[in-house]
Amino acid sequence: MARPWRGRAATLAMVALVGAAAGGFALRPAARGEITPSGMFWVGLAVIAVLAASTVRRCAALDDSRLARTLTMALFGAWILYFWQVLVTALDVPKVLLPAPLQIISMFVAQLPVLGRDFTQTVLKSVLAGWALGCGLGFSVGVAIDRLPFLQRGLLPLAALTSTVPLVGVAPIAVMWFGFDWPSKAAVVVLMTFFPMLVATLAGLQAAGRSERELMVSYAAGYGQTLLQLRLPAALPFIFSALKVNATLALIGAIVAEFFGSPTVGLGFRISTEASKMNMPLVWAAIVVASLAGSGIYAILVQVERRVTFWHPSVRG
Amino acid sequence: MPVAVILAAAIIAWYALAVALNASGAIERVLGLRDAPWNWRDLVEATLSMQRPVLPAPHQVARDIGASLLDWPLDSPRNLLFHVGITAAATGVGFALGALLGLLLATLIVHSRTLDRALLPWIVASQTVPVLAIAPIVLVILGSLGVTGLAPKAVIAMYLCFFPVTVATVQGLRSPQRSETELMRTYAATRWQEFWLLRVPSSLPFLMPSLRVAVAAGLVGAMVAELPTGAQAGLGARLLTGSYYGNTVQIWSALVMAALLGLALTSAVGVLERLALRHRGR
Repeated sequence: MARPWRGRAATLAMVALVGAAAGGFALRPAARGEITPSGMFWVGLAVIAVLAASTVRRCAALDDSRLARTLTMALFGAWILYFWQVLVTALDVPKVLLPAPLQIISMFVAQLPVLGRDFTQTVLKSVLAGWALGCGLGFSVGVAIDRLPFLQRGLLPLAALTSTVPLVGVAPIAVMWFGFDWPSKAAVVVLMTFFPMLVATLAGLQAAGRSERELMVSYAAGYGQTLLQLRLPAALPFIFSALKVNATLALIGAIVAEFFGSPTVGLGFRISTEASKMNMPLVWAAIVVASLAGSGIYAILVQVERRVTFWHPSVRG
Repeated sequence: MPVAVILAAAIIAWYALAVALNASGAIERVLGLRDAPWNWRDLVEATLSMQRPVLPAPHQVARDIGASLLDWPLDSPRNLLFHVGITAAATGVGFALGALLGLLLATLIVHSRTLDRALLPWIVASQTVPVLAIAPIVLVILGSLGVTGLAPKAVIAMYLCFFPVTVATVQGLRSPQRSETELMRTYAATRWQEFWLLRVPSSLPFLMPSLRVAVAAGLVGAMVAELPTGAQAGLGARLLTGSYYGNTVQIWSALVMAALLGLALTSAVGVLERLALRHRGR
């Protein structure tokens, strides 16, 4: 059954049309906060809202391709930003409550040097150092106690329990021991990332199948050869998922640890001090930086994982 | 048994570390003030009983917790259980609301292709972002609207809880096989019956682990929410005042209580899980 008006081209045309109308509408004085909005303004905005909803519906009804999915997601995000911007300016919401996206963007651009220093301090120093050290330690300990089932049985339940414990709480102690600068944040991150990595490594090393192990035995492969050529590769998917989970944990740990005391630089410091000064656009800009860092690290890890575990069924698809 | 050995080793290591880390302070502030000569036994004794040690020994922390629990009434801010109760209340309310919100949203997402395509990717992507960083903003917004006390903490715990619950529930509600849904069709089950009798039961094994993750995240959220407000009560506030006044024993007791609270909350969810999965023969 051919329904041409439901096709991709028609949907794209509709998105472009509604987008243009919405863009023109946003240039009206009321939408820019220059005059008090009239009744007609709200009617117009309601019409645009209905049209916007129908564009998202249409996009979602498209085929299952990756492009259509991305388009739908991006369109929905764009509409949220659009209505956030227009509503906040038209209703004249105080900046303290909720700044408009454009205010956040202009603050982001204006404060780029400051935010860049915060990024360096929090992400490049605390997070990267702590994450690498914590994951490295967790991995090494996991491999080291691989041959000691007694230690494994003792450590594994305890390590699994730590996921229920608010480990960020050690931040004040870390600040006392390692000072205000980034090493104390890295220490918190090490503690937070160590246990997930340990658990994942131990689980991953058990993941190689029985027949593969027996094959290695029949080749007369030693422990080291089996470990390097079979069990570590088989553990890689587990290790990568721990690396990804830990990346988010590390970012949270570093930011929260900065709430407890830090030099006058860092994303967590920026968020907490500017929030207490009610300078909300800068707080939001710092959160944008943190979010970009988080999803950026995640995307890089996904790419690396695809390269390294190219043989895994989930990657071959 | 292996767990007990590891725990014993950890406590011994803790004592050794306490002696090592406190030694210089003990020499300077305790033994140095005495005129009498001292030997290593005095040194060990001094390091384990300092007022403000770098690392308090386990028995000091235990004594501090014991004293605060037994010597003060439950409604006194000097009793740690008072703070535990405040943080637990915020976590519990936030967790309940967040789980409900997550279930509701997951149900909507499963039934609406639009929400599935437009909203779910954002919820999944938000797991790579430190959402906890929004906590100060939530506090400022709710504070300027005149909402203080338990509510802002519960809101922060709520939004931390709802992400994992939503993602896992969507996965679980989608988990029934094609043959199972087709069987429901041949029984002429309505959409509603299919949802309640097939999809909801098969989502439980996905939902329950996510609830455990959620309650742990909610506890962190509630504790962090107590930091920037200068809250007077709660475990997060105890940590903060402890670090202001350099009272290390107080920090450690608050930490131990937070860990115990985390374990208690997760095992409470675990009990819930066993009740819910009882009829599945597991």
